[in-house]
Amino acid sequence: MKTFLWVLLAGVVVSTPVFAHHGNAAFDAGKRLELTGTVTEWDWSNPHCWLKFDVKDQSGKVVNWVVETSNAADMVERGWSKRTFKAGDQVTVTLEPVKSGQPVGRVISVLLPNGKTLGLNYVGQ
Amino acid sequence: MKRWHLIVMAIVVASAVGLAQGGRGQRQGGAGGQARGGGGGGRGVQSTADLTVVDGWGNPIKNPLAGGKVPGPAPVRDLSGTWEPANGPGAGIQANGPVSMPSDGVHEPPFTPAGKAVYDSHKALFGYRNVPPSLSNDPRNHCDPLGFPRADFYQLRHTEILQNPKQVVILYQYDKRYRVIWTDGRDFPKELPDDRWYGYSVGKWADDTTFVVNTIGLLGEPRVWLDETGRPMSDQMKIEERFHRVNSDRMEITVMVEDPKYFTRPWVAMDKFPMKLQSADYDIIEMLCAPSDMESYSKDFGDPASGIVKK
Repeated sequence: MKTFLWVLLAGVVVSTPVFAHHGNAAFDAGKRLELTGTVTEWDWSNPHCWLKFDVKDQSGKVVNWVVETSNAADMVERGWSKRTFKAGDQVTVTLEPVKSGQPVGRVISVLLPNGKTLGLNYVGQ
Repeated sequence: MKRWHLIVMAIVVASAVGLAQGGRGQRQGGAGGQARGGGGGGRGVQSTADLTVVDGWGNPIKNPLAGGKVPGPAPVRDLSGTWEPANGPGAGIQANGPVSMPSDGVHEPPFTPAGKAVYDSHKALFGYRNVPPSLSNDPRNHCDPLGFPRADFYQLRHTEILQNPKQVVILYQYDKRYRVIWTDGRDFPKELPDDRWYGYSVGKWADDTTFVVNTIGLLGEPRVWLDETGRPMSDQMKIEERFHRVNSDRMEITVMVEDPKYFTRPWVAMDKFPMKLQSADYDIIEMLCAPSDMESYSKDFGDPASGIVKK
């Protein structure tokens, strides 16, 4: 049986804005969620790449989360690629959610099935 | 009240201020991909050591100065090559305004009353007055061209410069735009046929390593914003760019803004912004704003992020 985690990691954390081609105002700055689920789609495109993944909560309800990264060119500089995810991959996503309460946020880091973690550091920096 | 009560209160207040500042996206260098080393998430692990960055062709990126090579002297009257921000790929994004005039509530360009009124009508996604995606009226939300000088002030990424005896051509990675700067000695048209998104540019070498470009005839308000934070520009805008070749590896860009309609005096938007040269065979990754992609993005992400749920 798969177990899924909903972990609210931070409340009082000084904000670390990451990227947002489309502004910061919508995000709950500094808040972190760590969600484990199954990739349904990895959209490698502009203006931003986005990852969709299904997360089952404790009541068994499945919620499809949509989380954005930066644009494709920028993510290449961070070591990501079009082949980073495929549908069905099990991933654990640390994200900054939006304030609206919708299952939407932006990626902070992702633990991949191979045990590696991809983040937002530019490679070599 | 006991002393420790005061200490706890001080910590809570300081934390709240930190959150508020983050929420307003004020931190230059934080937004728009400029963050480095931040956002470790819950694990605090970001393993990039074994990752390889590739160019648009899929080839690993080469460092022209690998092996401890020392840059040579600046070549004479030559800017050609593919350049990128020297302080990291995110340094040219400038989401919170051009580097020397960030929109942080402290730096403010010298608006005329007319300029301030137009600025107030702009709802930007970045800067200290940022709004959620669905409330923004930035022309680029529809994938309109950034125009000039916003092409320098936002998403200045890989930038290829081509030279021939009559022109310097600048190819911008962002949205695959280009500018032609005439170097054949011509002056501006006596009567401009039309205002343009990227204006009319003429360039001259001030010395063997400094190329000065003047640009007029820009579209400006309402179709083109000056920067990502909603600063405005009018059709009276004049831009002076100075491209200074420091050595074989480095170039610095300085940009001066003049617009008597919207600003009381000229001001410096970028001051010696450093760019470094990529290897000669570097292939720039394609980066386009496609309206249909933008539509999907808004539907799946921008609207829900702003609290708008469409059935």
